This record gives sequence, structure tokens and C-alpha cells, in this order.
Amino acid sequence: MMRLEARVQNSPFWTYFSPVLAVILTVITGFFLFAALGQPPVETLYIFFIEPISDWYGLTELIVKTIPILLCAYGLALCFRASIWNIGAEGQLLIGGICATAVAVQFVDSSSFLAMPLTIVAGMIGGMAWAGITAFMKLRLNTNETLVTIMMNYIALNVLLWSVHGPLKDPNGYNFPESALFGESTLLPILVEDTRLHLGLLFVLLAFAATWTFMSKTFAGFQIQVLGLDPSAAKMAGYKQHKLIAMVLLVSGALAGLAGASEVAGPIGQLVPQISPGFGYAAIIVAFLGRLHPVGITLAGLLMGLIYMGGEMAQIEAGLPNSITGIFQGLMLFYLLSCDVIIRYRVRLYRPKFLTPSKISAQIQE
Amino acid sequence: MDLDLITNILYATIRTGTPLLLVALGEMVCEKSGVLNLGQEGMMLLGAVAGFIAMYHCDSLFIGFAVAALTGVLISLLFGFIALNLNASQVATGLALTIFGTGLSAFLGADYEGKTVEALPELALGALKDIPLIGKPLFAQDAIVYFSWVLVVVVYLFFKHHRGGLAIRAAGENPEVGSSLGLPVMRIRYLAVMFGGACAGLAGGYLSMAYTPLWTENMTAGRGWIALALVVFASWRIERVMLGAYLFGFASIMHLVAQGLGLSIDSNLLAMLPYVATLVVLVMLSKDKERLKLFEPMSLAKPWHRNN
Amino acid sequence: MKHLVKTLAMSLALTTSLGAIAKDTIKVGFVYVSPTGEAGWTYTHDEARKHVEKKFGDKVSTTYVESVAEGADSERVIRQLAKKGHDLIFTTSFGYMNPTIKVAKRYPNIKFEHATGYKQAKNVGVYFDRMYESRYLSGVIAAHMSKSNIAGFVASFPIPEVLRSINAFTLGFKSVKPDAKVKVVWVNSWFDPGKEREASDSLIDQGADVITQHTDSPAPVQAAEAAGIYAIGSHSDMSEYGKNAHLTAVIHNFNEFYEQRVQEVLDGTWQSENVWGGLNTGMTRLGEFNEVIPENVIADVEVLTTKIASGELHPFAGPLKNQAGEIMVPAGEIPQDSELLKMNYLVDGVEGKLN
Repeated sequence: MMRLEARVQNSPFWTYFSPVLAVILTVITGFFLFAALGQPPVETLYIFFIEPISDWYGLTELIVKTIPILLCAYGLALCFRASIWNIGAEGQLLIGGICATAVAVQFVDSSSFLAMPLTIVAGMIGGMAWAGITAFMKLRLNTNETLVTIMMNYIALNVLLWSVHGPLKDPNGYNFPESALFGESTLLPILVEDTRLHLGLLFVLLAFAATWTFMSKTFAGFQIQVLGLDPSAAKMAGYKQHKLIAMVLLVSGALAGLAGASEVAGPIGQLVPQISPGFGYAAIIVAFLGRLHPVGITLAGLLMGLIYMGGEMAQIEAGLPNSITGIFQGLMLFYLLSCDVIIRYRVRLYRPKFLTPSKISAQIQE
Repeated sequence: MDLDLITNILYATIRTGTPLLLVALGEMVCEKSGVLNLGQEGMMLLGAVAGFIAMYHCDSLFIGFAVAALTGVLISLLFGFIALNLNASQVATGLALTIFGTGLSAFLGADYEGKTVEALPELALGALKDIPLIGKPLFAQDAIVYFSWVLVVVVYLFFKHHRGGLAIRAAGENPEVGSSLGLPVMRIRYLAVMFGGACAGLAGGYLSMAYTPLWTENMTAGRGWIALALVVFASWRIERVMLGAYLFGFASIMHLVAQGLGLSIDSNLLAMLPYVATLVVLVMLSKDKERLKLFEPMSLAKPWHRNN
Repeated sequence: MKHLVKTLAMSLALTTSLGAIAKDTIKVGFVYVSPTGEAGWTYTHDEARKHVEKKFGDKVSTTYVESVAEGADSERVIRQLAKKGHDLIFTTSFGYMNPTIKVAKRYPNIKFEHATGYKQAKNVGVYFDRMYESRYLSGVIAAHMSKSNIAGFVASFPIPEVLRSINAFTLGFKSVKPDAKVKVVWVNSWFDPGKEREASDSLIDQGADVITQHTDSPAPVQAAEAAGIYAIGSHSDMSEYGKNAHLTAVIHNFNEFYEQRVQEVLDGTWQSENVWGGLNTGMTRLGEFNEVIPENVIADVEVLTTKIASGELHPFAGPLKNQAGEIMVPAGEIPQDSELLKMNYLVDGVEGKLN
């Protein structure tokens, strides 16, 4: 049997090495999984983890894939630290993309230097406004933010469908549900030639620096932490709870909106019904895997992006079905989550003692 | 709108609401014990595929549904181990379970993709089904629908009159105190998680063997998420879970019926109806802040360990 | 010396006709929007892929990537396929259009084929089937089998392809029963068995006794079977899901087209084309007929098939009125393909709103 003993202090060693242990366990499991499926295990693992980033292009693609996940996850981490269960990054991202497009299509033939910044700002405002609805409903109408954000995701998706089939549809696009292609001046500049690595990377770096500074250096960051751990203590200390809650929701909405804007003005270059393959949901996992810390989130996001790309590569190179990717991702996440236990606990193995009634009563008397 | 149409709408409402009701009921019990399991979608899919495969080979609906529920239980144990024993974040573990379950169900079901089985038959309760308006919706449903009602009553009574219900609530409110009073908090939480798994598996089986008797990848299409939302919507009260599930079912039926009737509203906007309706009702139910707090399990999603 | 000149000339000839070199073996890639499954749109493409593999044996190896999201991911997948040395890449969903064009620009020596789109390039061909032709025929059959003269149509998204389907079905239906009505319900999804089932049930409740669909799951056929009415499957044969209900199905068939394009790449004769194949090429056709359809109806349909295939009959020939009664195609005229490609109205006789 297994027993957990709490450590007096979190183990500094395992804080850094538990993810490594998880990856090792995943690799071992993957080895047997692929062998059982009749695939050469080492080669398949290589295809999954190394090949996607074995060249410059692959590396930049990994970043491109991770940009929207990270932008969403930084914001979510703020919310989760304050114990605000915002599941709505997906919807905020979609609305960000729609608002950005609404501006971008005004600049299709223009070379104005304002086109790109305005598009991005519109996206941020859109995401912020969408999160603002949740904040309003939570603070003024007492509704639970988890439920509201889940519903708002579905509503946002329908708003997206409505706008690509309606007001934002490309007038010259044969009535297909797509916006016009954005003009050059609206697109985010490419950072590395012949890749898709775009200015969104800069947004990620800025967001990274800002959230880290905010969390560790500012009083508001500290207040949020307190609010999340013990709302009554926050109340006693006289923190302006409503203000804090509204702030984390609005900031995370703005970041998710920025992610949406960066997608439509970045790699996609127009509004389409599928601007997000679930970035907002992936970001929730990433936020938790990264232990709500910007550094952890960044690493977790890159890992998450890598296993998505590995899944594509496994289909191309090894002919594995898409479902294997899901199984493999799930396993890896389970391991990552499980391994964190050794940071806070010592794992002791022991032989189970069989309790007879007399022993139980003896124990009770103690 | 004639009487027949209204009868049929009510009938469809209950059928649509049933899988939601089952999942939400299971998750509600789970959350009452303080455990938030966001893996409903994954558990439903695994229940759907396992039940379907069993049914396909054994040709027995009973075995099919038993296997569906059992699969839900088994997979919930995995969640339990990681989230309860190893104290990982419940939110993240649940989401990982959804990813894992979606992948595993697609993998297991690859050979059964698109196959079909005989649907669960209707079980008309004698002459009751001929009562106008409510006869068909209430008394001409299939066995799982009746079962879901029995389950609602059992769970209701369990929480109202049985000590076990109190124990679950204690585990969800304050595990520390519960534990010091000698409650086996861990075992209670495990049982609640397993109950949730069984319900989700059953709901998945309902989709693959009764509602649309076939197996296809990802066939739950987000119903697990709706069910999760319904628990919050119901503020952890059984009667409201039932109300919410049928309300949502009604709204999703109405958005389709309204189109057929030629209502001139954009269908994408109509499709928001179930979600908006849920929000509006929620706002109305949430007026009393203090009352609301009474029902939310205080220690929901907070990891707990005896050695803490 | 003579020999050298000859070799030089030959190699010159070779280099100038680059891209038209015959190849012994090629790799062909396929990008799918959903899992391959057992029915529906992606299934028909995967069947064609298997057909190609069988036909060419060792000469052709194929790769497919399923469930590729239509957003930013698709461009990476297409580019990876190109990087991995695929000679011909089929991208089989509308949302891959711009990504395909972008990747094709970088890889001018690789041939691309994009299904359902409208953007062509030197190395990007476009193809689709005139499904509306079989839709028209299925409407004729539905009309003969319907007693209530109300048909139900479970539709996905109001894009031209789906509108053509609804309209052609309605016109076929009305060619037999001029007063008939076709009720449309949009489910806003390509694939959601539960919702498609609910939509079908709600149409049946409103009097429809034939159900058809432009969605991917077989749930509508099951709904019809349960209600004891008729259904017409979509994309691929769905008779398995409703032995009694399933009258026939409107089917895509890309087998021969894929075979031909692969052969052309092998021969070095591939050229970018815009292929819109109809009943005449077999790219679209009706599936097996249910036994309950009377002989004379089948005979009628066969006559119509030949007429449409030969161009004698056009499903959208004027006079064609939209729901508001405005003339969309004047009498005696046949709409241009470019008009059909961007169809954005529902014809008279359809009940239900556009989008």
C-alpha cells in the first residue's frame, strides 16, 4: 500500500524535477504503448517529441501554436489565483477575433500604419467586454462565474457563426462563411522569413513580463492571492474585493481577446468559423500544469503545443490514428499532475495491516 | 400549434433532457462531497463506447447499460486516484480525463465506428400513455428515462433522510471537521466520485444505445459540459437539476421546432436560446446571495488529505 | 562528342519540361476535416484513397491526417506533408482553401487539389461534384413516396453547397408534386448525432414523411426508421441505419477522379483544372434503391438521370423563383456555374429561413 506524508516544506528538488519524472514515465509508457500497437517504439517516440521541432521551421511553428494558448493561460492564472473560475477564455478569444475582424475589414485596401494596432486593440476590447459581462453578472447579479463563462462560450461560438455568415462575410467570397482576407497592413509582421512566426511572440513576452511582475511585485497581486486563499481574510483586511474580481476578469478577457486578434491577424489572416481548435480550454490545463506561475505556464504551454504537433507528425510519419494522440496526451497530463504529489508529500510504501475488531478498539482507546 | 405537436415537444424535451439529467445528478453528488470532476465528457464517451460494444456482441440491453455504468465507475477510479490520493488539481485532472477519454473511446471504438444496434424500446405504461397531452411524454418513455426518475427520488430521499447524505455533505463542507468526527472522508469522496462515474457512463450509454443507437467518435458533442453547468445552475439542489435538464432540453427542442414553424429569426441566433435561457433563469434564481451560499459545498475542488 | 551533345540536349529538354517528368513512384497526401468513420463526407474521400492504394499498388503510397482543424493548424499540416516529399496533396474541406494556396506558393513543384473551393493556381486544382444533380433525383423519388407532401430537410450551414442541395431537392420534389413543401431546420453543425436526431424528430412532428439531410451523421435516417417514414441518406450509403426507411442516398464518388489525377502525376501530365463532375462522370450518383420504390418511379428517375447527364435537363433551369417570388433565373435560361457557385437564396416551396 501507499501512504503520503506531508513534507514540512515543499521539496525544492522535486519542484523542478517532478515534471522531468513525468516525462520519463510518459516516455516509458509510450514505449510499451507503441510496441503493443506494433510500431517501432523508439522511432515513434522520436516522431512524437523530437521530429516536430527538429528544424528551425518546426520550432517557429511550435511557438506559433503556443502563442494563443499562453496569452489565454496567463490571464486565466490571474483569475484562478483569485479563485475566480473563469472557463471562458475560449469565448473571449472568439469575440476578440470577431471584433478585430470588424476593424480589419475596414482596412482591406488601405496601407495605413494604424490598421494593425487598431485591429489588435479592437480584439482586446472585445475580449475584455465579453469577460466584462461575466464580471457584471457575478458582481451585480450574484451568478456563478463558472456557469456563466461556459454558457458565454457557446453563445460566443454562435455569434461567430452568425457574423461569418452575415455581417462579416466577404462580399466577394461566393457566399462562403469567411471574411475577406486582411490587407498587408493589417497582418502582424512576420519575424523570421519563410516561417509564420509573427509579432504575437512579442505580445506573449510582454504579457509574460507583466503578469510575473504583477503577481510577485505589486500589492494588487498579493491581494489577489489572499482573496483566492481566504476571502474572509481579504474582507477583514479591507481589500476592495469587487474591484479585484472585476480586474482579473477584465485582464484575462483582454489577453484572450488579444489571442483571438493575433490569430485572425496572424497565421489565419481572415475570420473563419474555426479560428480556435479549443485554445481556451487547452489554456486551462496549461495554467494548472504551470502551477499558475508564468514560468511554469510558459513551459507547460510549449509542452502542450509539442504534443499536438507530435500527434500530427505521428499521423503523417507513422500512420497512427488521431485517437492515439488523445490517449497519449491524456496519459502525459495524468503523469504530470500525479508527479506533483512528491513536491508536497513523501511517498511511503507500507504493508497493509489487517485491523481486527480488537485492534480497532485498542486504537480508539489510544 | 396543435395538441399533438405540444405532446411531441414535451416527449422530445424529456428524451433530450435525460442524458443531461443523469450526468448532472451524478456530478452533483460528486460535488456535494467536495470533488469537482470536469471529466464528464470523457466518462460519457467511454461509457457510450463500452456499452455499445457490449451490446453489439451480447445483444442484451441490460448488459450494455451495465457495462456502460461500470466503465464509468472504472474510469472515475482513475480520476479518484490522481485527484484524491495524489491530491492533484481536480480541475486539471478532470480536463485531462476528458482528453484521455475522448482519445481512448475513439481508439476502442474504431472497429465499431458507424455500426448500429437495435434501440432501447419504449416501455408504455398501459393505459396511462393515452392520457391526452402528458400521456406520451410521461408514460411512453424508455426504461432509462423511468430509471432516471427513480434515481432522482432515491438521491433526494438519501440526502433528506439518510445519514449517508449528511456524511457526503460533511465531506464537502468541511472535511477536516468531518474527519475528526470519525467520518471516512476519503471513502465517502471515492464513493461519490464512483457514483458520478456510473451516472456519466449510463448517460453515455443512453446516447449510443437509445437516443441515437450508433457509435461514432465524439458523439456526446459537448453534453458533458452542459451537465456540469446545470449543477451550478441548480445550486446543488436535486429538484433544480431536474428542472434545469428539462429546461435545457426544452430550449434546444424549441430552437429546432421554431425553425420548422418558419419563425423568421436567424438560426445562429436561435441556437443561442438554450444558453441564454439558462443564464436568464440563473439570474432569477440567484437574487438571494446569502441563500445561495448555503448550498455550495464549501470545500468544492479543494484538495484534502488527512495528513494536512 | 556527338554523344555528349545528345546528352546535353536531353538534359536540357528534361530541365525545361521540369514538372512534367514521369515518375515511377509517388507519395500522395490527404488532409481530412473529421475522422474517417464509416459514413459521411470524409469517409467518401478515404474510400477513394483506399481505391487509389489498391489500384496502383507499390507505385503509390498514401498518407492521411484526420481531424485537422480548419484554422491555423491546417497550413502547418499541409506544409508538413509537402516537406515530407508528397507529390500530390488533396485537401478535402473548404476551410483549407487559403492555407492550400499559401503552401502551394512555397512548393511550386508539388501538385495540390482542393475540394469545394474556388481559388485555383498553377499547381492547385479545384474539384467538387455536382451533388445538386443527384439531389434533384432524390427529390423526385421522395415526392413519389410522400403522402403528406411535406419533406423535412436537416441542414448544416447556409453555404452555397447546402443551399444548392436544398433547392435542387425541392425542385425535384415539386416537379412531381407542385404544391409540396420542404421544411428546413438548421442544426449549425456538420456532425452532431443528437441534434440531428432532435431536428429530424421535430420535422416529423410537423408532418414531414420523408426526411433528408445535408449533415454527416446517420441519425436522421434512424429517426425516420423509428417513426416509420422514409429517409434519403447523404454523402454515402446509409441503408444500414434504416432498412425500411432508407429510400436511396445521394453519394459522392471520388474514386475515379483521384485515380485519374494520380495517374497524371505519375505520367507527368497533371495540369491545374477546375473540375465540377456531375452524374455524367459518376462523381455524384444515387445509391441503391429501396425495394419499396415502384418500378415506374425508378424508370422515371433513370430517364431523368440520362437527361441531366446529357445536359438536356438542368435542375436549376429557369424560370426559377426564390422564396419571395422574385425571378432568380428567367424562363428559358440556364444559370452559369459561377452563379451556382455562390447561390444565396432558397427557392419557392422551401419553408424555413435562410440561415
